[in-house]
Amino acid sequence: MTASGTSQRFPSNSAADGGLLLKLTEVTKRYPGVSALSNVSFDLRSGEVHVLFGENGAGKSTLISILSGAQKPTSGTMAFRGAEVEFSSVADAREFGISAVFQEFSLVPTMTVADNLLLGSEPLRGRLLNRKGLRSAAESLLADLEFPIKANQVVGRLSRAQQQMVEIAKAFRSDLQVLILDEPTASLTETESGRLFELVEEARTRGIGVVYITHRLAEVKRLADRVTVLRDGNYVGTLAREEATEDRLINLMTGRVIDQVFPDIAHKPGEIALRATGLTTRTRSAADVSFEVRAGEIVGFAGLVGSGKGESARACFGAEPLLHGSVHLYGNEVTGSSPRRMLKSGMFYVPPDRKSDGLLLMRGVRENIALPSIRLAQFSNLTLMRRAAERRITDEVARRVELQPHSLERPVEQFSGGNQQKVLLARALVRDVDVFVFDEPTVGVDVGTRVAVYQLMADLCESGAAILLVSSDLPEIVHLAHRAYVFHRGRVVEELVAPDITEENVLRNFLDREVA
Amino acid sequence: MTSRSASGSTASSLSLLERLELVFVKTGVLPPLLLLAVIVFSQMSDNFLDVENFENVLRQNTFLIIVSLGQMLVLLTGGFDLSVGTGTALVSVVTATVMADSFNAGAGSVGFAIALGMVVGVLAGAGVGLFNGIGVSVFRVSPFIMTLGTSSIALGLALYMTSGVPVRGMPPKFADIFGFGEWAGLATPIWVTAAVVVIMTVVLNWTRLGRYFYAIGGNANAATLSGVTVRTNLTSAYVIAGALMGLSSVLLTARLETGEANIGVSLPLQSIAACVIGGVSLRGGIGRVSSAVLGALFIGLVQNGMNLARIQSYLQMIVLGGLLIIAVIADLIRQRSLSRLAAAGILG
Repeated sequence: MTASGTSQRFPSNSAADGGLLLKLTEVTKRYPGVSALSNVSFDLRSGEVHVLFGENGAGKSTLISILSGAQKPTSGTMAFRGAEVEFSSVADAREFGISAVFQEFSLVPTMTVADNLLLGSEPLRGRLLNRKGLRSAAESLLADLEFPIKANQVVGRLSRAQQQMVEIAKAFRSDLQVLILDEPTASLTETESGRLFELVEEARTRGIGVVYITHRLAEVKRLADRVTVLRDGNYVGTLAREEATEDRLINLMTGRVIDQVFPDIAHKPGEIALRATGLTTRTRSAADVSFEVRAGEIVGFAGLVGSGKGESARACFGAEPLLHGSVHLYGNEVTGSSPRRMLKSGMFYVPPDRKSDGLLLMRGVRENIALPSIRLAQFSNLTLMRRAAERRITDEVARRVELQPHSLERPVEQFSGGNQQKVLLARALVRDVDVFVFDEPTVGVDVGTRVAVYQLMADLCESGAAILLVSSDLPEIVHLAHRAYVFHRGRVVEELVAPDITEENVLRNFLDREVA
Repeated sequence: MTSRSASGSTASSLSLLERLELVFVKTGVLPPLLLLAVIVFSQMSDNFLDVENFENVLRQNTFLIIVSLGQMLVLLTGGFDLSVGTGTALVSVVTATVMADSFNAGAGSVGFAIALGMVVGVLAGAGVGLFNGIGVSVFRVSPFIMTLGTSSIALGLALYMTSGVPVRGMPPKFADIFGFGEWAGLATPIWVTAAVVVIMTVVLNWTRLGRYFYAIGGNANAATLSGVTVRTNLTSAYVIAGALMGLSSVLLTARLETGEANIGVSLPLQSIAACVIGGVSLRGGIGRVSSAVLGALFIGLVQNGMNLARIQSYLQMIVLGGLLIIAVIADLIRQRSLSRLAAAGILG
């Protein structure tokens, strides 16, 4: 546990020969009424990065929770270095050197880095804490991994990337054989991502087997030795690095070819609907951002999480305080208006996180769909709600988005993720809207819903609405946007016009500097 | 995924236990508790099931019902109001002082003195609510701390104004009408309560304001992005709760015939318990008028049963505290069942 050099912490280089580390055979995980995984087989060799690829709900998270001991499979077997094993807890798996870094960190924000790193196995002197030993053990662990973090810093004050480093260091605390990373770059900046990639590569050269979950094609290209694709809890296939092309992966992931997923959308740009000039948010998450969106076109905002793309869109809607800059809607200045005013002026913002910003989960579909529009005359007069009209209008809209099951009074939380997303989008269809902002509109939904969402955007666009699509999902930007702004560190670094909007052209702007 | 599996398991294939669970999930904790209370107390006392006794319970609990309705509004927005107890004391003292002074000064008619006292009383309640509301919505103090602080301030004011001595000298007509009066065979406070129930039902179900309360408690961020001005609407929830508390206190003052600084001590616990037992969520966003009313009546029934069974008041406090905790635990179990049944596709 204490500092004893890298040799003990990493298995020797000779292990990086492709020896079989983990093997899952026909693993099934059933929840009441739902099969999260059915008959999935998966293996991991030492010294490889094995990417798990698939949409949300495909079963990736269930698979890694079984690998890491957080859950037990309903049936199927798991073998570690050839011997059959059964983990009943995360601590069990850790005994074998298997550690997972989940998206939700298991850190205590009020404690220091050192305390967190050794939580649960604090060095003792007699019956008392050996504070000095704890500090030096933590420091040597951080030094080994070359993480620029001080052991006495309080975790809550660290950036998300630094917290992730602490989490990773925690995984390295014991003799690490298998490292499981669940979408580790989801909220990292490109520098931070670059550092993470280096670390993954270092782990690989030291013979550690890495299971890496991601949605991003670029990361597959960058890191993967092999890619296993899951869909709806089923094993679809495993590709070697060379075979993993974009077309092939999307095809395996969605079961469709690209043309069936993304509709063709006519580009008939009209007058400028939304124009932002020199936007700088108060938090400086976006700085000097200018863009315009015309009626009848889809404009994409591409960039990593934290690049300022979402903040810029939110700032237009009045949901993010502005320091400088101006926003015009059809030529009228609306800078600094409240969301309520913006709705009234014909802009609608669909937030990325339906749970935290979008829906009233415990309330019914009808109330959710009506909420942004209940000030309109069709929903209420001066004093009272028009409930019959409300029911009729929300019923129509729910049909239009093909809500399943079509049950208007059922609490939103009892719907599947895809149908919750449909409710979120349906809210925008009740009132007259000229400018739609869709912020990550397909996060956590199945392919069927994605196709429906894209078709909806196509219809809205072709009927003359201006659409701003903020997305971290590159294929979405590449295949849907007529024009795209690429965000990097809070600034617009490039404007691309179709057909120049390609994954390469976009990526060049946020990955080349530190990583490629 | 849920929708796909929903067709798989039909209601007929459920076991008895699952059916019971389903009933529990749909109805909440009140029906089983009510059933239990009725069985227990009808065994312990012969008078418990009399119609007369029930009318008694109704009249005695009008105060709790009105306060609980206000408490529910605040709970809907995701907060709670601990100041309803000492607020009641403050309003009682203010009402009595204003009414007595105006009556004794002889400036206007008796009716004027009564009306003035009542209006000032309700406004004082609303003022307490406004103070809470501004703290919670503008300065973002947690409702717990804000209303706890207000609670102390209100009691301090009430005691400072009266030095702890009951305020006398209100016109007897006030008590005659609002404390002991009857109309069409029912006590005045019951009529007032009925009116409040009707108004609150309309507000919550048929007005935008009601919708906003649910929205703010359901998801304040979503409400803001949907064009709801959270600050004003959140404040108004506290103001209305305060005004209802004021109204209840005015009625109670009429019943007591004096302004008292030592009343209302148990109201915060009782009103929160009433709401939770009735099915109002402590996390906000869920609750109906009927929840608060039935919950309050249940508590009244339990107290009444315990009185009839000659259970000492100290023991009664233990029972009420226990009931609140049991209701919360039962609600948590219900939530778990709910998500489990929903995941299994059993819920329609």
